[in-house]
Amino acid sequence: MNSSWGWLKSGIILGFCFLIAVALVKPIGVSTQYVIADCFIFCKLKPDLAQKNTDAEGNTTYSSSNAYLNKSDGKYAKSSLNIANYGFIFVLAMFVGGFLSAKLGGPKVEKDEGWIPQTWRDNLGSSWNKRMFGAFISGFFILFGARLASGCTSGHMMSGMMQTSLSGYLFAAGVFAIAVPVAIFVFKK
Amino acid sequence: MKEIILAIVIGGAFGFILHKVGATNPNKIVGFLRLTDLHLAKVILFAIGFSSLLLFILMAAGVIPTSHISVKSSYVGVIVGGAIFGIGFGLGGYCPGTTLAALGAGRKDSIFMILGGLVGAWVYVLLYGWLTENMSWLFDKIGGGAVSLAQTGNEKYPALIDGVSGLVVAGVIAILFMGGAALLPNKLRK
Repeated sequence: MNSSWGWLKSGIILGFCFLIAVALVKPIGVSTQYVIADCFIFCKLKPDLAQKNTDAEGNTTYSSSNAYLNKSDGKYAKSSLNIANYGFIFVLAMFVGGFLSAKLGGPKVEKDEGWIPQTWRDNLGSSWNKRMFGAFISGFFILFGARLASGCTSGHMMSGMMQTSLSGYLFAAGVFAIAVPVAIFVFKK
Repeated sequence: MKEIILAIVIGGAFGFILHKVGATNPNKIVGFLRLTDLHLAKVILFAIGFSSLLLFILMAAGVIPTSHISVKSSYVGVIVGGAIFGIGFGLGGYCPGTTLAALGAGRKDSIFMILGGLVGAWVYVLLYGWLTENMSWLFDKIGGGAVSLAQTGNEKYPALIDGVSGLVVAGVIAILFMGGAALLPNKLRK
C-alpha cells in the first residue's frame, strides 16, 4: 500500500484526470492562480489594481490599473475580487489532495526529507538556508517563466499537448532544453 | 456552486494523483531531468497520449463539447518563458502545481518555492507593460497563434494539419506518445 503506482497505471489515471477536467469544465491549469493570489493580496493595499465597475448599460465590468491584470476585460482582476472561483478553489484542493494521498497509502515523505530532498542533500549539502534559498529562487524563475509563457507544466505541457496545441510542444521544448542541462550540472550524483 | 464542488473534487483528485505517481518528489523530478530515472517521463508521456486519444474520440463522438477545449497562443515568449521555467525546474525539482500537493504531503521546502513563485509571478505582472513596449518581439506569434496540430472541431482554433481528420492526426500523435512511453528505458544515464 505504502508506495506509488507503476508507470502504466500512473499514466492512465493521470491521463483520466486531465480528460475528466476538460470533459466537465475546462483544461487543467495552475500557474495563473499565483497571479490571482498576488492580486488578491496586493489589491488590498492598492485598490485600483482590481476594480469592479458598472458600465452605461448597467453591466458589471472589471478593470485594473495594471496592464497585465487588465488583460481580457480584466479577467484576472475579476477572479481576485471573486476569490471563491473554480480556478482558485482547484489549487487549494490540490494541497488537500496531496495531504490525503500521503495519509491514505501514498508515498510517505520521510522525516529527513521534510525540508531538504535527498538529491539536494547529496549534492549541495544539508544547509537549511541554502535549500530554502534555492527553493525560493527556483519558484521565482518557474513562475516568472510560466507567466511569460502563459502556462506551466499542467496548462501547456499536459493540457496543451493533449489538445495538440502548438504552444504545448514549444513550451516543452523550451523547458527541457534548459532544465536537463541545469539538473545534470547541479546534481552530479 | 456546482463549479466549486467540481473544483474541490477534480483539484483534490489531481493533487492526490500527483503525489501518488511520485511527481511531488523533487528527487524523482531531478532523476527524470538528469535522465537517470525516467519513471516520471514514462508516466507523463503516456498520460498525454492516452488523454489526447480519448479526448479526440469523445469530441468526434459529440460526448465532450469542443467549446470546452482551450488552445493557448503560440508566441516567442512561450519558448523563452519555458527556458526560464526550466532553470527553476532543474534547480528546485518542483512545478507550480506539484509543489502545492507536495506541501500537503509534508514537503515543507514547498513553502519557499510557493513564496518565490508568488514573487516571480508578481514581478512579471509589474514588468508586463514594459515588456510589451520594449521587448515586443517576445509576443510575436508563431504559426498563427492559438493553433493546434490536429483539427479540434472548435472554429476558434485553426489546425496546422488541415484536410486530414483531426482524430487521425491526434490518434497518430497519441500512439507515438504512448509507444514512446512504453519503449523509453528506465534510465538513459547512470
